[in-house]
Amino acid sequence: MASIFQTIGAATSLSSSIDTNTSRRSLSERKASFVVVRSDAAKINTRLNRIGGRIDHLITNAVATKADTSAASTASKPGHEVLLFEALKEGLEEEMDRDARVCVMGEDVGHYGGSYKVTKGLAPKFGDLRVLDTPIAENAFTGMGIGAAMMGLRPIIEGMNMGFLLLAFNQISNNCGMLHYTSGGQFKIPVVIRGPGGVGRQLGAEHSQRLESYFQSIPGIQMVACSTPYNAKGLMKAAIRSDNPVILFEHVLLYNLKETIPDEEYVLNLEEAEMVRPGQHVTILTYSRMRYHVMQAAKTLVNKGYDPEVIDIRSLKPFDLHTIGNSVKKTHRVLIVEECMRTGGIGASLTAAINENFQDYLDAPIVCLSSQDVPTPYAGTLEEWTVVQPPQIVAAVEQLCQ
Amino acid sequence: MWKHLPLWKLLSTVELSTSITKSKAIFSSALNFDYSKPHYIKFFSSGLYFIILFLFLFFSDPSPNLTFQSLQQPKTTTDAMALARRSSGLLKPLSTASSSSLLQRRPFSTDDTTTITVETSVPFTGHNCDPPSRSVDTTPKELMTFFTDMAFMRRMEIAADSLYKSKLIRGFCHLYDGQEAVSIGMEAAITKKDCIITAYRDHCIFLGRGGTLLESFAELMGRQAGCSRGKGGSMHFYKKDACFFGGHGIVGAQVPLGCGLAFAQKYRKEDHVTFTMYGDGAANQGQLFEALNMAALWDLPAILVCENNHYGMGTAEWRAAKSPAYYKRGDYVPGLKVDGMDAFAVKQACKFAKEHALKNGPIILEMDTYRYHGHSMSDPGSTYRTRDEISGVRQERDPIERIRKLIFAHDLATEKELKDIEKQARKEVDEAIAQAKESPMPDESELFTNVYRKGYGVESFGTDRKELRATLP
Repeated sequence: MASIFQTIGAATSLSSSIDTNTSRRSLSERKASFVVVRSDAAKINTRLNRIGGRIDHLITNAVATKADTSAASTASKPGHEVLLFEALKEGLEEEMDRDARVCVMGEDVGHYGGSYKVTKGLAPKFGDLRVLDTPIAENAFTGMGIGAAMMGLRPIIEGMNMGFLLLAFNQISNNCGMLHYTSGGQFKIPVVIRGPGGVGRQLGAEHSQRLESYFQSIPGIQMVACSTPYNAKGLMKAAIRSDNPVILFEHVLLYNLKETIPDEEYVLNLEEAEMVRPGQHVTILTYSRMRYHVMQAAKTLVNKGYDPEVIDIRSLKPFDLHTIGNSVKKTHRVLIVEECMRTGGIGASLTAAINENFQDYLDAPIVCLSSQDVPTPYAGTLEEWTVVQPPQIVAAVEQLCQ
Repeated sequence: MWKHLPLWKLLSTVELSTSITKSKAIFSSALNFDYSKPHYIKFFSSGLYFIILFLFLFFSDPSPNLTFQSLQQPKTTTDAMALARRSSGLLKPLSTASSSSLLQRRPFSTDDTTTITVETSVPFTGHNCDPPSRSVDTTPKELMTFFTDMAFMRRMEIAADSLYKSKLIRGFCHLYDGQEAVSIGMEAAITKKDCIITAYRDHCIFLGRGGTLLESFAELMGRQAGCSRGKGGSMHFYKKDACFFGGHGIVGAQVPLGCGLAFAQKYRKEDHVTFTMYGDGAANQGQLFEALNMAALWDLPAILVCENNHYGMGTAEWRAAKSPAYYKRGDYVPGLKVDGMDAFAVKQACKFAKEHALKNGPIILEMDTYRYHGHSMSDPGSTYRTRDEISGVRQERDPIERIRKLIFAHDLATEKELKDIEKQARKEVDEAIAQAKESPMPDESELFTNVYRKGYGVESFGTDRKELRATLP
């Protein structure tokens, strides 16, 4: 089986060809204004009124945006059209066909087909032991998956919602992340822990959690977040093939995204970021669902004359500082848009990492737009305000590029 | 002044009769030691005191063994009651000839062929299952191996105690002395392909699985020669080639892992089982019941072994558990209560459990055992129990003493030979410690190895597409 390793778009070629000294912005004398664009109710209204309102329209657009946002996955070859959950299923099925040690365990993954249909049809094909329906005992079945991994299997543990994995935090932190180290390298834990997270459609506070921030400091694990069907399948395969424990973050609202993906097999690089839209003026770093909000805002920004460079960082731990660094060296301004909480989120770590490594290349302080530090409310309007919306992104870029 | 003479006090009739009855009552159920009420301590100590004085007066020999011979002597199938005496030749061992040719005193028996049948101290108690028989077959070689291995384990734990006090071992150090029979008996019943996973009281189980003394001491002292390269410590001993999966610090977290090991064994259709060990404190963890439910649901070959040493750190079992009958806690899962200080009972139970697990799924074994040290080296072990209780158990139920008596009863070795074995153990332990002290501390670069599978940062490209080699500032 020939496997083709591809990277999205022209990421490497583009970054390597960029000369770091050139292409400074034509706009000069920027004030080093230190405005952190935080969203609060009053501001939103004013911004909306200024930009032109229709916040509802913007949201629906942001989620359902399709292939035009992702760089041409494979422009040349005709692929097949899939929804994101089908892409995940394809990746999973191919890996289970390829290696008999790969097995899935989670709640309702077998006979029910998976609560988001990611494992639909797999149980009749592979049997009940390989697609295991577990009772509702996250702590125990995560531990079971890790124990099975210690013995040589390669389990994929599905949390029905990322928030439920909080119950398994001890197993993920102590046993999953640290066992390779504390055993002096004797045991490897090649598990994949995956599940949907993020703010959905009025699901309530407990079902709208973003756990990236809690898991990010566990030593020994890798974290990736998928955002398109193309990278979902590639990252799923890469995660299964990796010998390290990988946590794959999916998003509840992205499961029905449609895209054409290649027919031939491909595996993506776990630690690499994706260049979504190359640009010159500002680097916008984002991941998961916020990518679509950013692309929505990018349309507005382009109309206004800005040229944002959008990077989907994909790898949340470790960060792909190479791609990010090259972009910062080119644009000198960074805006981070994320769905994570403000306090201790991925954006906070990324800000620190960029500041440490690329301090000299920055013309302005890094602006980080994150969700509000509140439990996600049920009411629709309130829920909209907890996450970053495209108008806020536009405003932040404008402020940054003054 | 006469009032304060303990002799006078105990010879007074009332005191005498009450002491006798109470001590008899206590010692007749010595092996089903009732830890549920604190008052037994008083009776215990007064009874014991009386017995000691009695013997002192009338036998001029301070050993209390004579009185309790009927309770603690393992009976052989022959009718002879053999009494073992440590120093005085007052009573010679009386063993009548049976099918085994034991009359000729062999200095050090390595005989593997003759069978000795030993009875366990107490019968097994079963829950939802028929307990196995009390008679266990063994060979002289096995008896001697038990003694030797347990002597090594005991010696290692005592040495670890003094190493900790001299600050060569830091952090947490949980010692296993008193509980050696569980490890020894289990190893005798299984193969190295059966998996064992336990919590943090893992030094002796590591030894039982084939770990060396050098690896243990080096790991305890954080040296490179340790089993986990010095990066795990006392609570993280692992031995992959012997299917020993550690070594876990969080109470109860190893039980789902153990069920995962059993799951993998079933997945691969192996004919092996997993022994998941935990303590009476961990028996109240929710994840244990979650894992047990799953193991029973899918008939996983998991054997849950509760090492009940009656104290969850400082809390006695009756203060932590509404139902301290841990072998019954499985409800639909069968259970077996075993005297964990009797290596042969453990061996028989583990053999029975392995057969059961391969056919029918999980089973719980409760090992009634005791630890002489406190929970860890930071715990003196005497604030929640009395020294009399500890010494009482040490005198009556000590696993090594039991084997010693069996050896004498069957004339497998002399007093001197056993002492030589203990001396040898001491010597080897001291040598291992010296060797471990010479082993160097891990290199600084070891801080970043084994974080990820291929090395820290090697899969992350870093700022210049090279391997990110993290260094200390």
